[in-house]
Amino acid sequence: MDWQGQKLVEHLMQILLVVFAVMAITMGYALGSFQTMLLIYASGVVITTLITVPNWPFFNRNPLKWLDPSEAEKHSKMQIVDSSSKKKISKK
Amino acid sequence: MHSFGYRANALLTFAVTLLALICAMSSLSDNLNSPSPSSHVKVLNINWFQKSTQGNDEVSMTMNISANLQSLFTWNTKQVFVFLAAEYETPQNSLNQVSLWDGIIPSKEHAKFWIHTTNKYRFTDQGSNLQGKEFNLTLHWHVMPKTGKMFADKIVMSGFSLPVEYR
Repeated sequence: MDWQGQKLVEHLMQILLVVFAVMAITMGYALGSFQTMLLIYASGVVITTLITVPNWPFFNRNPLKWLDPSEAEKHSKMQIVDSSSKKKISKK
Repeated sequence: MHSFGYRANALLTFAVTLLALICAMSSLSDNLNSPSPSSHVKVLNINWFQKSTQGNDEVSMTMNISANLQSLFTWNTKQVFVFLAAEYETPQNSLNQVSLWDGIIPSKEHAKFWIHTTNKYRFTDQGSNLQGKEFNLTLHWHVMPKTGKMFADKIVMSGFSLPVEYR
């Protein structure tokens, strides 16, 4: 799951659960049935689990672009060179 | 939110927190209900009235208990426990409470009842003060909710008295 996907999944989870909770208590109170309330909420939790817990392709639409290994190697070498040069400078 | 386990944990925690909130709200909704219960008790007969060998007065009586407790039931009510107590004052105790009958009402349909019964539990005094004693019959009830706060209340019915002579 990419970064955008993680942000989306967290919001989705909270919003869905709150919506189901509000729906459960209003329906339960309106129908005067505690059991109805619990059933609505339980099914809400199951639906939310199915949507947000598995790693759906939907949450992987913004993959991180890593550098090629060869390019990364060059960069790391340059950094080492840089840091060593800095050290030399500081020693001087 | 990066792994399956982390997401499952976050979801479960939040879901249970909301469940607790829902339960608290349904308990609070009980306060919106203003019940108007009614009850009536008639003492039909004093079967016997005597002093036991220990020196305590004891009474057996037949009663007619009718009550309508339907308005106590809300969507959050599991059951109602109800008991009838004889209450009277003696020089020894400012309040004596003797439970004569009790019952559990499991649903609103059973909350309007009429029962013809002798006292289920022994009506025994602590001492010998019952001759000609005036007493109240009080219907107490405890509303047991599915979740949250338990409510208790009573109806006092006065104007009952025991005979002056043992029989």
